[in-house]
Amino acid sequence: MAAQTILQKLEILADAAKYDASCASSGTAKKNSLGGKGIGSTEGMGICHAYAPDGRCISLLKILLTNHCVFDCHYCVNRKSSNVARARFTPQEVVDLTLAFYRRNYIEGLFLSSGIVKNSNHTMEQIVEVARILREEHDFRGYIHLKTIPEADPEIVHQAGLYADRVSINVELPTDSGLTRLAPDKDARQIEGAMGKVKADLVEAKDARKRFRHAPRFAPAGQSTQMIVGADAATDADIVGKASRLYDNFRLRRVYYSAFSPIPDASAVLPLKRPPLIREHRLYQSDWLMRFYGYKPSDVMQATEADGNLPLDIDPKLAWALKFREAFPVDVNRASKEQLLRVPGLGVKAVGKILASRRHRALRLDDVALLTQSITKVRPFICTVDWRPITLTDRADLRSLLAPKSEQLELFAA
Amino acid sequence: MTALQHVKLGTYYVVHLPEADDFDFWRERARALVQSDVPPDRVAWVEPGGSGDLFAHGERRMPVPPMDAKPVRANRRFVSLARNAILHSDPERFALLYRLLWRLQSSPRMMEDKADPDVRRVEELDKNVRRDSHKMHAFVRFRLVESEDEDVGEHYVAWFEPDHHILRANAGFFMRRFSNMRWSILTPRGSLHWDTETMSEGPPAERHDAPGGDPMEDLWRTYYASIFNPARLKIGAMLKEMPKKYWKNMPEASLIPELVAGAQGREARMVEKGALEFEERPDTLAAIDKAIHACRKCPIGQLDNHAVMGEGPQDAALMIVGEQPGDQEDQTGRPFVGPAGQLLDTHLEKVGIDRRAAYVTNAVKHFKYVQRGKRRLHQNPGAKEIDTCRWWIEGERAIVQPKLVLAMGASAARGLLGKTVSISRVRGAPIPLEDGSELWVTAHPSYLLRLEGAAREEQAQLFDADLAAVRARLEELA
Repeated sequence: MAAQTILQKLEILADAAKYDASCASSGTAKKNSLGGKGIGSTEGMGICHAYAPDGRCISLLKILLTNHCVFDCHYCVNRKSSNVARARFTPQEVVDLTLAFYRRNYIEGLFLSSGIVKNSNHTMEQIVEVARILREEHDFRGYIHLKTIPEADPEIVHQAGLYADRVSINVELPTDSGLTRLAPDKDARQIEGAMGKVKADLVEAKDARKRFRHAPRFAPAGQSTQMIVGADAATDADIVGKASRLYDNFRLRRVYYSAFSPIPDASAVLPLKRPPLIREHRLYQSDWLMRFYGYKPSDVMQATEADGNLPLDIDPKLAWALKFREAFPVDVNRASKEQLLRVPGLGVKAVGKILASRRHRALRLDDVALLTQSITKVRPFICTVDWRPITLTDRADLRSLLAPKSEQLELFAA
Repeated sequence: MTALQHVKLGTYYVVHLPEADDFDFWRERARALVQSDVPPDRVAWVEPGGSGDLFAHGERRMPVPPMDAKPVRANRRFVSLARNAILHSDPERFALLYRLLWRLQSSPRMMEDKADPDVRRVEELDKNVRRDSHKMHAFVRFRLVESEDEDVGEHYVAWFEPDHHILRANAGFFMRRFSNMRWSILTPRGSLHWDTETMSEGPPAERHDAPGGDPMEDLWRTYYASIFNPARLKIGAMLKEMPKKYWKNMPEASLIPELVAGAQGREARMVEKGALEFEERPDTLAAIDKAIHACRKCPIGQLDNHAVMGEGPQDAALMIVGEQPGDQEDQTGRPFVGPAGQLLDTHLEKVGIDRRAAYVTNAVKHFKYVQRGKRRLHQNPGAKEIDTCRWWIEGERAIVQPKLVLAMGASAARGLLGKTVSISRVRGAPIPLEDGSELWVTAHPSYLLRLEGAAREEQAQLFDADLAAVRARLEELA
């Protein structure tokens, strides 16, 4: 067989990476290339350089070093027993590609993952080598996200964190039994152990920087993880519970939910159907509620239906509000920030504007309408100087009145 | 005396700005006008190229503020908003900002009133400008121009069409990012040039001033097409963030129509390639029996053979799983009737397990063989074939719900565990399965058939020991 060209390899190894949900490049330490010899900058906010027709942003060159893999995880297109075309980049090829794309302003940096070749340590060393060449030989100051392998030696994972802005370790599936069934080579305790080690490294590096200005940075954009949704029987309540434990235990920046996608050459133990995109969207919404709206995991779980899943036709915030109607209506002129954040249709920004504006005037319904995206959605849950939804919150058909008529766009699809 | 007396009633002032984005100039003039008590409706602001006809007779000299004029008050929020909003291309922006500044003097906290129309408008302008800047950071595409001149070397040139006067304000971003690279950004509103040390400005440019292509674009387009998952088509979400007006200067955008049009077909092929259409698994043994005869999910199903269903009581506590039917099993349609089955029967009897009380089946339902003359030679199933057939064995297990599963041979173990294990390492102890039952693994009886003499004797003893352990455990579980 003739040797593959870079183009052919890129085609295979980018295709293999398309199931990774994360492409974020935000929240790292600020840096620029002034005074250096290379290129690159990060200014806090990540930049999406393009959007694919699947609505997802392209911020990083997201590829696998290789899609050869000795593991055999059923949900993964690269598993050992799959018949997909295989390819393998050398670290230098990945470096050259990253720099060439970066110089043309196509990307913010690199997100490198890999199938497991030979063994976990060997693979992790190769991943780290790419980052080392970029940082040390080319003085690259753009964003680097490395997917680390939980089975690898913690010392090599530590090296990864010294070069990378962000490291991630996939928990893969929301339940241990799902992992046992679908990823027989993986071990939940090992995955969480690796996350715990990264957290300890993060804490230690942060502490060191408080005392020594030149202490090395360790993954300044923190660590994240990804869970596959819809490949096993885990309910949304299971998933939300797992995510919140992960946030608590490992201080993750993000938990990504990746709707299980039909993959070429799928294993027979998996459902082969369209990915549950709306379900993934509801999970991101509930994640949002926990991170920015002060909802506790128990609140989100209360919003689930009898089968443990969030309703698909309405968002989790509305679902919660419909179940706890006694908490409404909320008086926009008097209510606390926490109460306002519970009103369906009021976002964090709108609540901020309401709080600022009501110091100047008693808000009327029209004023609120100016500050929100859609007053129709908000109206049944608030009172203003001139508005009180006396009967509306008690109506049995409120849900059908508020549920969107057509499928809404996904706002948070990563 | 009030400040009003310094202003001739009915006088209009016309302020001509030297640049469309000159915030400092505007601020200085606005401050003097406020201090001279010139109301907003008496000032016209004209940017370069803009028309000041309405106020053709306006006073061009600036008023001189009285000595005792109060300092002009503007809070930080206003200044940061104004600095950005002034980059907007709306010709009304200067007047709006002046009106706000004027009103701020009497209501200093007005900026907090988000329902105020002027405040809302300036926030809107600010938002549009920030968005335009962000899109510039994102969608500028440099193309490499290789110069013949060795000293000049590589030069990266981009063509971009911003909506607002944001070019100069964003020079710093590109300088900080590409500080060791020679680059130029050409726009219809002006151009920027960085030579790795100094920044210079140039006149407005036209698209043909910029280079037309770059060899790297093929790779970039390949990346763009490959990273797109056709099973998740969401055109609306893409258009929201990457409106069509930007497409013409982005090399990857030319692929979009084709990718969208082909998505459904690609998704269908992804699903089809993986297996057959998703189906509900039959929930009775009879239905599974029927379905496996029609199963063609792997190449073994395509051979000239029959499927062999498991047999035994539906409520059996023990499930015995072998590898796959052999020649005789295929012909009779029953599991474990050939030489290996007979050997198994002998050993089961020896340790006191009643085969008729167990559910006996195979990890793979079809006989895999190669034809040699008249003989069909047995072949081991591949990992993928076992994994495909796992669908069926799991179906049987879900119905029978045995307390204990005995897998004989590596293929059978894989069919239940999904991974290959070493028999010697796992035999003799239970492996918990996720439904609470136990898996025990031992050798396949056909392995014993292939051995001779002392080796066979030794393996037979191990096999008996495993069976005896299973029997003991079954009694405990009963």
